[in-house]
Amino acid sequence: MLILGLVVAAILGPLYVWRNNDDPSAMRYGIGSAVAVAGAAVTPLAMGRCAFLEGTSGVDHLLAYGLMAGGAWLALIALQLLFDRADGTESDSAGMTGEIRTGGFRLGWWVPWLLLSPTLIILIVFLYLPAIQTFTLSTKLTKLGAPKSVDVCFSNFTELLITDPWKLVAYPLLAIAAIYGARFWLSRSAPGTWSRKGADIATVFAMLSVFVALYAMFSPGGGGQVAYRPVYLNTVIITIGIVAFGMIGGLAVAYLAFRTIRGGSVYRTLLIWPYAISPAVAGVLFFMIFDPTAGIFTYVMDTWFGIDVPNYRENAFLAQASIILASGWKILGYNILFYLAGLQTVSLDQVEAALIDGASTWQRFMKIVLPALSPITFFLLVTNLTYAFFEVYATIDFMTKGAPAGKTSVAIYEIIRVGVNNGDLGRGAAQSVLLFAAVIAVTIWQFQTSGRRVSYGGS
Amino acid sequence: MSGLTPGVKRHTLFRGRTWPYHLALTATAIVIAFPLLYAALIATQTNTEIFSFQFTPGSALASNFDAVWNGRDFAGAMWNSTVQTFLVTIGKTVLSLLAGLAFVYFKFRGKWIVFFLVLVTLMMPTEVMILAMFRLVSGFGWQDTMAAIVVPFLASATGAFLFRQHFANLPSELLEASQIDGASPVQFLTKVLIPLSWNVIAALFVIQFVYTWNMFLWPSLIIRDETKQVSQVALQTLTNIDGALTYGPLMLAAIIASIPPAIVFLLMQKPFMSGFAIGQQK
Repeated sequence: MLILGLVVAAILGPLYVWRNNDDPSAMRYGIGSAVAVAGAAVTPLAMGRCAFLEGTSGVDHLLAYGLMAGGAWLALIALQLLFDRADGTESDSAGMTGEIRTGGFRLGWWVPWLLLSPTLIILIVFLYLPAIQTFTLSTKLTKLGAPKSVDVCFSNFTELLITDPWKLVAYPLLAIAAIYGARFWLSRSAPGTWSRKGADIATVFAMLSVFVALYAMFSPGGGGQVAYRPVYLNTVIITIGIVAFGMIGGLAVAYLAFRTIRGGSVYRTLLIWPYAISPAVAGVLFFMIFDPTAGIFTYVMDTWFGIDVPNYRENAFLAQASIILASGWKILGYNILFYLAGLQTVSLDQVEAALIDGASTWQRFMKIVLPALSPITFFLLVTNLTYAFFEVYATIDFMTKGAPAGKTSVAIYEIIRVGVNNGDLGRGAAQSVLLFAAVIAVTIWQFQTSGRRVSYGGS
Repeated sequence: MSGLTPGVKRHTLFRGRTWPYHLALTATAIVIAFPLLYAALIATQTNTEIFSFQFTPGSALASNFDAVWNGRDFAGAMWNSTVQTFLVTIGKTVLSLLAGLAFVYFKFRGKWIVFFLVLVTLMMPTEVMILAMFRLVSGFGWQDTMAAIVVPFLASATGAFLFRQHFANLPSELLEASQIDGASPVQFLTKVLIPLSWNVIAALFVIQFVYTWNMFLWPSLIIRDETKQVSQVALQTLTNIDGALTYGPLMLAAIIASIPPAIVFLLMQKPFMSGFAIGQQK
């Protein structure tokens, strides 16, 4: 089975070389093939071919093939960089690193390395090393603080997934097919036609199908499997809730604040200050508001409206809604800040032209303001996603601690619960790898959509 | 903020009366402020007053403060947060300046590899590797030390790239002039670059100050000794005083723990915004 994978890599390697080079030489095809095989072989050999031993399942093989494909792909990308350097067609690395064209200090070769060494040492020791250790830990069963560990191959991963390997292949392929289908339709339809409207709707459904496919791939639990499907669902609901609330609310308030002439900076300060509030404090403040015995929310609902609100920590919907509200409130200030800055760049001439054409307020907003803001919207989407993935931890820890029945236990909360509270480092690390994959997917999507950008999020 | 466009012209975007907007904005500002205002009210009350839903300031502000500041030594936690935040913020700024200097004003072999190595860390949030980091840093014997909550955060890809971009946009004649004067790289940095970079430094300072001060997950794992704990995590211990949930001290502590980042953010709003404007051009 391992050999089969390597043979496929040996065939696909030259194919990659053929696609990315003009008329490559026979030697390059050979190198491409060899590098693809080497890249594919690294991980299975490093893991002692464990996924292909006796007693392993189809899902184990599948994960191993996935790793092999990833290894081969990375190796081929690196090879292509070398080819480009040899051909002199590499993208201008001086332009990339922002180096000045003329002059530069002419001192010992070690001077720039000395300047960079503190940054590099810390990034390597405290980011690259733990990143690699996360991957190795994810293939082990090991207890927090215990020196012993057992290699368990992919079992920390397979227990999070459904057990049928065919379904596990089919679901993502279906989602990918849906996306390419929608793209194809979009490229074939002229703007303003019914066909384009249909293609737009199909695009939305294709994107949704990715979420559905992932949902179907995670195990619902039972039979020794870990019920990861609910964790995935909670994460999706809470993440989308926070991002939607924070961004739509942020844009609405910024659009409102932008209109005023006098007192503009006073309003701005009064609207954006929650940026400085921590997720932990946001949790404490909303913990107070929603407290079932002492909080004002329950009191007002009861005495003013006669509604008996259930305890939010015992009601799945209320628990998730309260987390979304608290986190959305906290991120609102950040979004208002950036949307206010973005609104300054909207072309007034265009707006005036639209006014003369008799466009309504809503039309002006949809046709001119919103498209002009799309770079900011995109930037905020990524930072808000990161916030909703990670920073929400503190808010949840103060408000619900994952209750009721794990309904507010999102991916990062589950990682700490499993890895630290249960002391199960290996299983926690496997879940970390999944979250890592999600972050990388968002980043790749960001780079593809917008080119290179500087992030201002945190670290 | 409307310095670039005359107010009159800006106004044509939204014709009509302005007072409804002022009204709507004031209402929005109050809604946004509500959680904090409510917490400020609770912070002055005893549990009895809270349960009777009294909407006027209570009688317990002084005793709540005493319970928080002295009873639970929240002062110590605030001090720990202050030390941590200043060490991280200053260290990060210095390291980022040095990295930006090396990227822009030096030619050396292997630069693109270093650049790539730093760039990739933008998609490596600490949180996804937190378990491995916890094991690693515990292995260093750094549990319950200041080093554990400072050293891992000293390097910053964001900061290095922010300065790289800023330096690259400065005129290259600056370097020629100081080379004629025989200035060393460090002199060039301190005498020429830093005075031209205050906006970017301020923007980075605000981002890093707020980020570091508000850190929660990592200190909650690696610091278990209450006297070494930072303010955000120390709030947890206040949920329970004398075996019962006392809301007043908790709210007061939450407000106290928010004051330093709020002050930094409000005081440095202007340079923060203009530093961002520099970062946004590309």
